[in-house]
Amino acid sequence: MPESRRRDGTETGRYLRPYAITGGRTSHNQHAFALLTLVVARSADEVPPGHLQPEAVQILDLCRHRAVAVAEIAARLDQPVNVIKVLCGDLLDAELILVQAPPRQEDQPSLEMIEKVIDGIRQL
Amino acid sequence: MPTALKILIAGGFGVGKTTMVGSVSEVAPLLTEERITEASLGVDDLAGVEDKSATTVAMDFGRITIAPELVLYLFGTPGQDRFWFMWDDLATGALGAVVLADTRRLENSFASIDFFEERRIPFTVGVNCFHGRCDSSAEQVRAALDLDQDTPVVLCDVRDRESSKDVLLALLETARARVAASLASSDSA
Repeated sequence: MPESRRRDGTETGRYLRPYAITGGRTSHNQHAFALLTLVVARSADEVPPGHLQPEAVQILDLCRHRAVAVAEIAARLDQPVNVIKVLCGDLLDAELILVQAPPRQEDQPSLEMIEKVIDGIRQL
Repeated sequence: MPTALKILIAGGFGVGKTTMVGSVSEVAPLLTEERITEASLGVDDLAGVEDKSATTVAMDFGRITIAPELVLYLFGTPGQDRFWFMWDDLATGALGAVVLADTRRLENSFASIDFFEERRIPFTVGVNCFHGRCDSSAEQVRAALDLDQDTPVVLCDVRDRESSKDVLLALLETARARVAASLASSDSA
């Protein structure tokens, strides 16, 4: 895990460069992602180099064999969440990823799902 | 595609949120951050990254794979400020929350408790007994915090995985009871 990150968030200057990756965009104009939106690469094959930005390639590598939440992608790539959301929007437009939105506030979880979580925690 | 669920771990600064995340997570706690603005309450759009009213909110989180199709993320809410309350994306759709409290600074948990009560998000209070010693009983804490009877108060040591699991299980039982009650009332209606 990168240690460069200041936990108190005082290092404000670092924000200017990450948004260069997104061409200055701080949100995607078509897709809304949540912290918990899961992302998985459509294909297990590697994307030919030169086709995508390095950060987009890193996202595909991370999500090739497992669905990973946007928040986790951001942490592992050491980028602000907003940057990852924009890059994932571009990857979705390019049909390189599949995404699954998390439950919304009004979606009451099912008893079955909660019980599955209870069993899972007990077995830890 | 699998589904991702989340549980929030809230409470004042230094109460042990990151420790709790780390004690049950299958990965070392991850750190990420987002810039939010007061003007963008619940709106996922930041116009101008140099906006003076923007603030950076950082949080720790961990992951527990419950089943191949079910992943649980535990999010430790940012401890030093209360800006995370504006971060709708963090609270929205949570299965529930743990509010960690320190009996020496109970007032630090008031804001989180109010927040979850207002939003009707099921929560459990975990009283972190530092070094295994607690100077209050669960009932004393319940009375001091003026909690409903259906909100569990669990004395815990968040460094200990089994103890942290007990807090999560108490929360999940509360969440389950609430869903069961709402199903029962919609059946009888």
